Amino acid sequence: MNVFQTILILAGAFLATFGEATLAAPRQWLGAQVDLLPALMVFAALNAGLPTIALLAVLGGVWFDTLSANPLGISILPLLAVGFPIHLRRDLILRDLPFAQFVLGAAASAAVPALTLLMLLSGRAELLLGWGTLWQWIVMTAAGAAATPFIFSLMDACSRALGYQPRQEIGFRTDREIRHSRKKS
Amino acid sequence: MFKQKNYLALGAVVIVAVVLLSLPTRATARLKLAVGSWFLPLFGLASASQQLPADLADSVLPRRELLQQIDALRRENQLLKSQAVQTAAIARENDQLRALFNWQKQSPWKLKLAKVVLRDPANWWRTVQIDLGTRDGVRDNLPVITEAGLVGRVSSASYAHSQVVLVGDQNCRVSALVENPARDTGVLIAGGTLDTSLVDLTYLASSANLKPGQSVITSGLGGVFPKGIPIGQIVDARSVEYGLYTEARVKLNANLGSLEQVWVLFP
Repeated sequence: MNVFQTILILAGAFLATFGEATLAAPRQWLGAQVDLLPALMVFAALNAGLPTIALLAVLGGVWFDTLSANPLGISILPLLAVGFPIHLRRDLILRDLPFAQFVLGAAASAAVPALTLLMLLSGRAELLLGWGTLWQWIVMTAAGAAATPFIFSLMDACSRALGYQPRQEIGFRTDREIRHSRKKS
Repeated sequence: MFKQKNYLALGAVVIVAVVLLSLPTRATARLKLAVGSWFLPLFGLASASQQLPADLADSVLPRRELLQQIDALRRENQLLKSQAVQTAAIARENDQLRALFNWQKQSPWKLKLAKVVLRDPANWWRTVQIDLGTRDGVRDNLPVITEAGLVGRVSSASYAHSQVVLVGDQNCRVSALVENPARDTGVLIAGGTLDTSLVDLTYLASSANLKPGQSVITSGLGGVFPKGIPIGQIVDARSVEYGLYTEARVKLNANLGSLEQVWVLFP
């Protein structure tokens, strides 16, 4: 983990938020806008430290709410509620398996809008809800799940291409050197 | 498992969220404006990339086609000029009649063209952002229309951009009038969550005689939308709350799913 990866994750969140606000195609074809922030949060939770997760939750949430009619700050806690538990259990998760990434992406993409809606409804906001919301939720979950393995490979590729790599350990160790010496008689 | 630094990070984020949520509306609007300005370079980039294919297409358009287009535009211009002369005569007559009956003189609509730059990324709101702001004289509650009909109203205006809440959002209710002999009036509210072209017209009289295809316009009640802006057509109607009132589905004239340019209507 390095600073470059944190910058990469935040840049990804910034571009993803802007893309969600400018691209009308998913809404026209699927009837719902896809949210990539939960998938990015899964990547951050499995590959980065707590400061990165906290930054992604705060900045990603604020960026999303700025471009939306949401009250500012409402998306922060749902993102954190998804990222924090995954980060705590990251040692038990097979993070390199695409299936694990898919399942985590689906769970995160389902949980974040549900929690945001719950928070908005508890604030008595008048939202556009109906049976169609269920379809939108399914689309968001499926798209988030499909996007997560893609985000993992994209971020790994970017990290490899642009970031510095940790120095490879070589097999040679002086303490384990077999000394070949001829005993002098 | 829970180390102290985990508690600190969790606590810091929760405090930031709580502080942001408890800010007064004005401070939130200013903060949104400040954070929104971070996206300005991307706005420019996106509009340039959208313009590029059109510019390329323009540069390779044959001369013959351009001449045909000019010819068609000339004819349309002549037609519009003759219509404008007719309309001016009708307006003069209208003014004379109004003066005769001591009615208040109607002022023509002042319009400003705006480009839709962003759509709400959240699925539970129906809003867009336009590239006109307070520097252009835009303020809250100004009506927004297209050539086809009503689009919505300005819900908040910042210096260079404004947020428009669209018809069909829970926060944009419009007093509407059906163009039938009884001139039934009702309130336009949100319709389905998936189909942006359908909204509900509710609180119509139980005796309302509605037929599919009847036009719906703004009634002018409520003080936000002037009377006579076309909204859409009646699709079907049903009696609700044991016949207490009638509710109708209205198909909007304006295509809210693919808005590119809109007109802000100034009083």
